[in-house]
Amino acid sequence: MSVDTATVARIAALARIRLGEAEIAAMVPELNGILAWVEQLGEVDCTGIEPMTAVIENHLRLRDDVIDADPLTGGGRRDAILANAPAAEHGFFGVPKVIE
Amino acid sequence: MPQSSNALTELGVAAIRAGVAGGAFTAVEVAEAFNAAVAAAQPALNAFIVPTPGKALEAARAVDADRAAGKALGRMAGVPIGMKDLFATRGVQTTAASHILEDFTPEYESTVSQKLWDAGAGMLGKLNLDQFAMGSSNETSYFGNVVSPWRRNDGGNTALAPGGSSGGSSAAVSARLCPAATGTDTGGSIRQPAAFTGIAGIKPTYGRCSRWGIVAFASSLDQAGPMARDVTDCAIMLEAMAGFDPKDATSLDMPVPAWEAGLSADLRGKKVGIPREYRMDGMDGEVEQSWQQGVAWLKDAGAEVVDISLPHTKYALPAYYIIAPAEASSNLARYDGVRYGLRDLPDGAGLQDMYAATRAAGFGAEVKRRILIGTYVLSAGFYDAYYTQAQKVRTLISRDFAQAWSRCDVILAPTTPSAAFALGEKSADPLEMYLNDVFSVPASLAGLPAMSVPAGLSADGLPLGLQIIGKPFDEQGVLDAGLAIEQRAGFAARPEKWW
Repeated sequence: MSVDTATVARIAALARIRLGEAEIAAMVPELNGILAWVEQLGEVDCTGIEPMTAVIENHLRLRDDVIDADPLTGGGRRDAILANAPAAEHGFFGVPKVIE
Repeated sequence: MPQSSNALTELGVAAIRAGVAGGAFTAVEVAEAFNAAVAAAQPALNAFIVPTPGKALEAARAVDADRAAGKALGRMAGVPIGMKDLFATRGVQTTAASHILEDFTPEYESTVSQKLWDAGAGMLGKLNLDQFAMGSSNETSYFGNVVSPWRRNDGGNTALAPGGSSGGSSAAVSARLCPAATGTDTGGSIRQPAAFTGIAGIKPTYGRCSRWGIVAFASSLDQAGPMARDVTDCAIMLEAMAGFDPKDATSLDMPVPAWEAGLSADLRGKKVGIPREYRMDGMDGEVEQSWQQGVAWLKDAGAEVVDISLPHTKYALPAYYIIAPAEASSNLARYDGVRYGLRDLPDGAGLQDMYAATRAAGFGAEVKRRILIGTYVLSAGFYDAYYTQAQKVRTLISRDFAQAWSRCDVILAPTTPSAAFALGEKSADPLEMYLNDVFSVPASLAGLPAMSVPAGLSADGLPLGLQIIGKPFDEQGVLDAGLAIEQRAGFAARPEKWW
């Protein structure tokens, strides 16, 4: 499989990365080079093989149902959470108007 | 005993810890010596994104005060280290070498860095790296290339790559700017730079070190580990870094073994596997020779050497370059110009335009390339052909190793296909750069502990590394084999100071 400029433009839109026409044109052969190379995975017979989900056997834990058990990740941390926001307004994350 | 500050920067982790504990010198003297070395080398090597001499001194004063008060000292007491700028450090910028996080100052501390501070280590600064840890040469950092302290012995001054992505870590440790540094390894980012600069580095079993507070690249692969000048120092520092963390869902709930105390270079009764698939067509003669030398050293240490087969080796790299970008495209979706980091809001732009403009301005070319690849292989219609197939191949690669463990205890292989290349030599072709990770990626895909130790020099006078891969949870076996090689290699070469 290979990609053309329209496909790269579509992927870039999905990935929310603005690319100019020249950048898209440059990306097409680079992505095609990589995709042609990974194509060799198709040779591997994977009949009956499960895709890997966990590389080291581990069990999924449930944490204790306690509010604010870890104060770092609990509530009441508004100012710390907003400290790095590019536009914090009135205690919220500020964004451009969404609803016209 | 009187020590010139120059001599203090010659010391490693174990020697500094012993000297501070024994009163031969103070932790503050050590921190001052390394702070001076960092400052002097910064213009030429660019190993740090931001030096933090005050942090190093503050930690050192605390250790000296504890010692004066007769308190017990930690495992890393008095040892100043470099921190890869991928670990969140409270109050100190954490950039992942990117523009998008250039002004990010975390309100919290990563688990691994906190453990190191709790053990008495201090921070000399945040080390440069490939942007979001994506690269093998440290040429993708927004803050400029790291230059290796090493030069070829041809009398020229060609600037060489320190490896990547932990290139600031490798350059700083080999140039004696810090006795040890943290690294992270997704597909070889500890081992390859360690090999390129003649130092040791270990990536533990996936889950040993908490990923909490480490800027995520590919979460199923990312592991932190130490980089230092010898195996013992790596063992000491890994013990301080590892341990269960409820804040990381994939953290291993197992006790941390006493790796340092357990170190033994006596390999009698151990079997070392030599994977035939790693002997590739057109393999560099010097790399092959160094591998053979490693086999002889391990036999000398008492190990039995057996041939093994890892049949799916050639598919590891292409599988990695689907899985890692796929995870990266998902992980890096969080950089949207809303909650932290850069925002680019063109005049009159709406929310979607702001996302796209922010990410266009904030990510470098390699990061964009990988996000696009990842988005493509996860997109409707291609998911099964690429991503699911790659995850099945990953199962087969992991199974190859599992079968090998019925025949051997550790595996010996080269770390990299060549010695360090020049900056700019491979940066024009992404694929050629990716191929540099051919020997390191399989162990990453299988989540196995693996380390690189220096083995010797190439004809050009550059370090070559040997890689030891171990069973899950058997960091001890990896460190022991590394120690056996280290004792026999007697690697004493170092970059001649030109910076």
